[in-house]
Amino acid sequence: MITKSTRRAVVLGAALVAGTLAFGAVAQAQSTLRVVQHGNLTILDPVWTTAYVTRNHGYLIYDTLFAADEKFAIKPQMVDKHEVSADKLTWTFTLRDGLEWHDGQPVKAEDCTASLNRWSKRDPMGQKLFDFVKELKVINDKTFQIVLKEPYGLVLDSLGKPSSNTPFMMPKRIAETDAFQQIKEYVGSGPFIYQTAQSKPGERHVYLKNPKYKPRSEPASGLAGGKVVKVDRVELIEMPDTQTQANALLAGEIDIVEAPPHDLLPVLTKDKSIVLDDWNPLGHVFVIRFNHVVKPFDNPKVRLAALHAINQEDYLKATIGDAKYYKVCGAAFICGTPNGTEKGGEILIKSNFEKSRELLKEAGYDGTPIVLMQSTTLPVLTNTAPVTKALLEQGGFKVDMQSMDWQTVVTRRTKKDPADKGGWNVFHTYSVSADALNPISNSYFVAADGKQWFGWPVDAEMEKLRDAYARETDPVKQKDLAEKVQLRALETGQFGWIGQWYGPGARRSNVTGWLKAPIPVFWNIEKTGK
Amino acid sequence: MFAFIARRLVATLPVLLFVAIFVFMLLRLTPGDPAAVIAGDNATSDQVDAIRAKLGLEEPLHTQFFIWSGKVLAGDFGESFFFKKTVAELIIQRIEPTAMLALCTLLLAVSIAVPLGVLAAAKQGGWVDRLVMGFSVMGFSVPVFVVGYLLIYVFAILPWEIPIPWTGTVLDLGGQWLPVQGYRRISEGFGDFIIRLILPSITLAVIYIALVSRITRASVIETLGEDYIRTARAKGLPARTVLLRHALRNAAVPIITVIGIGIALLIGGVVVTESVYNIPGIGRLTVDAVLARDFPVIQVVILMFSFVYVLINLLIDIAYSFFDPRIRY
Repeated sequence: MITKSTRRAVVLGAALVAGTLAFGAVAQAQSTLRVVQHGNLTILDPVWTTAYVTRNHGYLIYDTLFAADEKFAIKPQMVDKHEVSADKLTWTFTLRDGLEWHDGQPVKAEDCTASLNRWSKRDPMGQKLFDFVKELKVINDKTFQIVLKEPYGLVLDSLGKPSSNTPFMMPKRIAETDAFQQIKEYVGSGPFIYQTAQSKPGERHVYLKNPKYKPRSEPASGLAGGKVVKVDRVELIEMPDTQTQANALLAGEIDIVEAPPHDLLPVLTKDKSIVLDDWNPLGHVFVIRFNHVVKPFDNPKVRLAALHAINQEDYLKATIGDAKYYKVCGAAFICGTPNGTEKGGEILIKSNFEKSRELLKEAGYDGTPIVLMQSTTLPVLTNTAPVTKALLEQGGFKVDMQSMDWQTVVTRRTKKDPADKGGWNVFHTYSVSADALNPISNSYFVAADGKQWFGWPVDAEMEKLRDAYARETDPVKQKDLAEKVQLRALETGQFGWIGQWYGPGARRSNVTGWLKAPIPVFWNIEKTGK
Repeated sequence: MFAFIARRLVATLPVLLFVAIFVFMLLRLTPGDPAAVIAGDNATSDQVDAIRAKLGLEEPLHTQFFIWSGKVLAGDFGESFFFKKTVAELIIQRIEPTAMLALCTLLLAVSIAVPLGVLAAAKQGGWVDRLVMGFSVMGFSVPVFVVGYLLIYVFAILPWEIPIPWTGTVLDLGGQWLPVQGYRRISEGFGDFIIRLILPSITLAVIYIALVSRITRASVIETLGEDYIRTARAKGLPARTVLLRHALRNAAVPIITVIGIGIALLIGGVVVTESVYNIPGIGRLTVDAVLARDFPVIQVVILMFSFVYVLINLLIDIAYSFFDPRIRY
């Protein structure tokens, strides 16, 4: 059997004069896991940006106080034990023994309070938590307290928030960086150590196993449990072209593609050396977002008319195609999760064009075309807008679908001008389901003036419900409040959730142990043979 | 000669100024806002506005332009919005892969295209000529990325297992001879460096070979009709000497011209080829910067490409005098 390297040597020999070649190939570590993420990693501060690639980088080098396990239960991670006072106002956290930063310094409580402070200035869930925080108190090197003004139901959920922005712990000197400036030093206490000198942005980022990392004793589960590293080195390789990603995986030049596009999955599954791995069982959720500050979607009846015209399956078929990779789901907080109730969601599942036309008539819609922004550069979103156009037109709307690249969408969506003066009426986006699990972390529900996401809904009643959810400490009552939040959003037509979808990762068959979690994580992964 | 070179170099300044203004305006007038991209998907309008102000994008266009051009003249090319590195650093980091790819492509293309063109001219009307011209048409017609993916499939992915009829056996030629993607610097080992350049160079060379072989053929055919060629033949010189020493040398000026013009093709091709083969060069930097609206990087990279293009054409002009002593500056 001729090995690949021998074949390549033969080709070289034919191509070049023998002897001129010095095969001084760089020695590669025995177990290097080569991973291609869904995008380029350019910003290395996971608190400063919400970019998922940066969050993934964060999970490699930083650790968290708490983490969500496979069933989304929040479990201690850096924390050894925690106590809550009887009045539920004082939370005391004690760190595990032996935690150490990559520069050899011990992890101290003051590092954690500084990290939480910085995170709270950037993350909506952190901001909400800190609305309730009276003070952060360092008791000793290993213990700190969060003292609340009044009981808050999401203390642990906030500290164990899985997705962007995740409250990663950093050394105090780094965490004291202004939250609106990027950090310049990448020192964590996580299972991998970032190699600044070997990393070349735009080419690859290199991480070495942290030999001093002390995993928890529990088995790994989701983002929680023991983060046992089984490879010596991880390389995040920047490879924007998805066809090249597939080719490189087939040729064994890389080990994992985090998110191959759905149309390439049949090509990959034909090869026995490739395995598709549903590492993120919660998947993602599509969203339709209305502009509440310009006509006609400033009128709730018009927004409701649009929601009545929608049906999720049309979107999912047009964008994802294969039914095994999508789920019709009426729950805003994701089917199969603690808050995942489908109550009221049926209007998003089956189109009712008659009702839509009726509502438009009641609203006095004058037939002015609504501007629908279509992104043509994010493949998974490209087909959502044409479906919306077809459905809304059947529901009595006139639609002006304008195609543009995603960067133009993200720029134009910031404009509050009328649609015919450079603004917009409606566009689509999607979110990782892990970001959408409750009314606080799900930013599409924010309806407080000045704090909302693009579309700028303002609804005092919604904010009252979200506040009540945040204050509630009983999970049963929380679920009830989450349902009320969902129903309120459907009553006002705040936005629409238009189907869940899943994107499996692809790995070489010699790579095993990819954990199921909302984030692709690389501890527990083993690479054997070729 | 030196006065000519100096004059030409000075003449590049207005060209570069025009390019700078054009690119600057084009980028600012194109929809897309780097601040929105930097801020991330969950950012609020206020956060985007704050970043825009910090980047100086709230200033009037002419102010932004004067600030930028002043800095460029002082040798400060600015900092990438995304990589948080100076543009100069980024370009230095990315220049080697692109330069090596361009060099290999040029060497490969010229060493194949010129003999092919001469051969086609010598065998004008014959099957060799038709074959070369057929290849040339194909080279022009097939997009670079299609050539790239085909070559990858054939030489880097396809297992060459050929069933031998009636024997029930399979001839295993191995396949997957070359890497699909990536770049290794020369310092990381020459073998690894060159093997990763083979497919990208061939991909990029196809269109170049098509162009140069076609012009070579036309130019040599034209020269072969000249009186001095008839004289050379009448003197009894061997056909090969007539072809190579007399015809080809005198046909050199248009060939060199087209090699220079082809640099533009090469620049365009590099952008696509580097994406297909995942080569972290200037081409990929350009694509990434355009997609992210990384204005400082796009501006400098396009200026640099323009300067290189002007410079290469200057070198081509100088080269004329070596091939045709009648040309003097």
